Amino acid sequence: MIALEGVWKEFPAPRGSERPAQRAVDDVSFTVPAGETLCLIGTSGCGKTTTLKMINRLVEPSGGRILINGSDTAASDRIALRRGIGYVIQKIGLLPHRTVAENIALLPRLEGWDASRLRARTDELLDMVGLRGYGGRYPAELSGGQQQRVGVARALALDPPILLMDEPFGALDPITRESLQDEFVRLKEVFKKTIVMVTHDLQEAFKLGDRVALMEQGRMVQIGAESDFRARPASPFVEDFLRAHLAHPTLSAIPALSAVARDARPSDDAPTLPRDATMKQAMDLFFRYPAATTLALVDENGTAVGAVTRESLLQAV
Amino acid sequence: MRKLLLVALLVMGLAACARPAPDTLKIGSKPFPESELLADMLAILAQERGIPVTRIGNLGGTKITFDALKSGSIDVYPEYTGTGLMEILQQAATNDPNEALELVRQGFLKAYDIEWLEPLGFNNTYALAMKTAEMKALGIRTISQLAPKSGGLIFGCSHEFYDRPDGYPGLVEFYGLHFKKVERLQHGLAYQALLQDKIDLTDVYSTDGRLDPETMTVLVDDRHFFPPYYAAPVARREALLRFPAAREALNALAGRIDDPTMQRLNRQVEVEKVPSKEVALNFLRKQGLVRGEAGALQTGRGGDVAQVLWARRGEIAVLVGQHLALTGVAMGLAIAVGIPLGIVISRSVRLAAPVLVAAGVLQTIPSIALLAFMIPYLGLGAKPAIAALFLYALLPVLRNTYTGIRGVDPALVEVGLGMGLRARQILTLVEIPLAMPVIMAGIRTAAVISIGTATLAAWIGAGGLGDPIVTGLTRNDVPTILTGAIPAAVLAVVVDLALGGLERLVTPRTG
Repeated sequence: MIALEGVWKEFPAPRGSERPAQRAVDDVSFTVPAGETLCLIGTSGCGKTTTLKMINRLVEPSGGRILINGSDTAASDRIALRRGIGYVIQKIGLLPHRTVAENIALLPRLEGWDASRLRARTDELLDMVGLRGYGGRYPAELSGGQQQRVGVARALALDPPILLMDEPFGALDPITRESLQDEFVRLKEVFKKTIVMVTHDLQEAFKLGDRVALMEQGRMVQIGAESDFRARPASPFVEDFLRAHLAHPTLSAIPALSAVARDARPSDDAPTLPRDATMKQAMDLFFRYPAATTLALVDENGTAVGAVTRESLLQAV
Repeated sequence: MRKLLLVALLVMGLAACARPAPDTLKIGSKPFPESELLADMLAILAQERGIPVTRIGNLGGTKITFDALKSGSIDVYPEYTGTGLMEILQQAATNDPNEALELVRQGFLKAYDIEWLEPLGFNNTYALAMKTAEMKALGIRTISQLAPKSGGLIFGCSHEFYDRPDGYPGLVEFYGLHFKKVERLQHGLAYQALLQDKIDLTDVYSTDGRLDPETMTVLVDDRHFFPPYYAAPVARREALLRFPAAREALNALAGRIDDPTMQRLNRQVEVEKVPSKEVALNFLRKQGLVRGEAGALQTGRGGDVAQVLWARRGEIAVLVGQHLALTGVAMGLAIAVGIPLGIVISRSVRLAAPVLVAAGVLQTIPSIALLAFMIPYLGLGAKPAIAALFLYALLPVLRNTYTGIRGVDPALVEVGLGMGLRARQILTLVEIPLAMPVIMAGIRTAAVISIGTATLAAWIGAGGLGDPIVTGLTRNDVPTILTGAIPAAVLAVVVDLALGGLERLVTPRTG
């Protein structure tokens, strides 16, 4: 369990500047019960990343208390604290000169695990993120989505009860992001980690978070489940925020037909989808068949009514 | 990383072991044949009397040589009274040879506790030379006799002589000379011009080996216009006490070498390319100052470059060894200091700017000047050379370490911190491996610079491949220059390639 009690952070004003010191985070309190996922959301500069980094003490709070399972993090050893908290960031940060397996095994190795245990753990994690057999590759040989899977596997290597994620899917293309989000939901159910995730994408926050905390100018504006936000927005600001961020229908609400390529015909061996499938389903299919260049949309009789290519799908997105 | 440090420490250790030498009489010389030859004679005479001698040649000019004497890096070298009076003591010239000697004797003893021993006899000053035949035709022997005939003559004047107050301007006024024409030209070309009758007379050094006694004669400076430059050994008094037999040995040549003799000996070295030591020994034998066959002599130098290189391969191997030791130790120090310092300043922008500027300023000091600055503190030989090379090698290593570490993706450091790596682990697991290609590039640059600059270390007696270059330059002997220059160039290329291989070895793969 993670608990923040009246936490604030003040950064000194830049030297020579007229402005007074600024409060990046101002009197924030919340609790994340064990096994729950909380998404911190807000516009850039709202203090969500600073809040996240205070939990593993990459940023030291100016005041207030942060408790993990009841004990004050300020009193704990920083290195030990961090090794008990998985950390995933948007830029991933895999060591380019280490293989995938070495990246994943970095912390366990430093903790002195023996070779057979390291190997077993690495294989287990690679299996879990769907990258079996990729252990010997270097990060540069992987796609962005694959790299972030490795990033997540690395964060889970010591099996920490807590995971901090700072826009983990922010740098990925929409198709990859959607598929990793789905996988996140699946893994979350399996592992029951306590997770705090920063995102600026409200759809993602609602999809991945058990609860969502909306911040603005360093303060907590509203915290609750998706239904709370929709039913009882706490202020006009929240209403505006919801309207602005939910304006785009989700991929699962748009028919795949709207992404049909005018000038393409499906190849004979193209994977098929029913004509009323959604864009989301089309994306998933492309993921399942990495070699496929086109998908066939078929009617009840199995007759192709249109072709969707990767390009046309991306354009429609 | 660890490997690099190990190599650095090893090299430094070897260098430290290679020191303690027994006490010897250290005889130095300036980088021109006459000085070398006289010093060689003094060395042979001292050895004949059982004094252990170290011969340190090719010191880079009056300042470096005299600094070396003052600091005790050498004990003796041949100097000229005029130089001692005007350049070292900074006193006005005198035309009286005895007065000049008296002045330098007192001045040196008082200011430096250095003694002028007995003059060797000759006076290597400026002089005017003419073709012997022309002198006979005009019926003149002295400059005074020249004056009334000067209106019909062309004077080939070197640039230096033309500008000195004790050169051309003073001379023409003093003797009342009025030449038909004054042709300013390069000193080395004047002899040629004289033989081809392009000019009638020229300024020379009175003992210059290129002065051909068959065809040219020096006009007598009958009214003593030119300041006297009599040669004599100058020695530290402390050294004369340390080796009681030294005074007699160094004075054995007193008055034995007159102008034509010195000129003839110089000619053997400069024109006939006989090795200096051999000329020295032959002369001393004829004078009965050396018995029997002291010292083994090599003869027959010269020939084309390939032959010379092959003939001197053993000597070159030794010089390559010295050269590698100099640069190796300097590089080891530069790595041992530059990499940690580079890491420290990569952590602090406020520290980085002044440190990099300071290292940059060191880089801009001309090599010869830096080498000369070192002598008062570190003496002659390998120590000051290594110190100077170290200072030159420092900047590339330092700056590339700094740049390399700063260039590491901050996301890698952040995620490393976030997952609970210690500061040391971030350095060794993340920053240094990723900065390694840049650091190695700095080390390569530094190594190549060092190998080039180390050739200059010969000017302060540090040996290495600069030795034949300096010797060759002073004698205008191209094959000798090349026996240093070619191996130095080859060495630079080989070391660069070897370090390139090492770079590939220590650069982590990323795909």
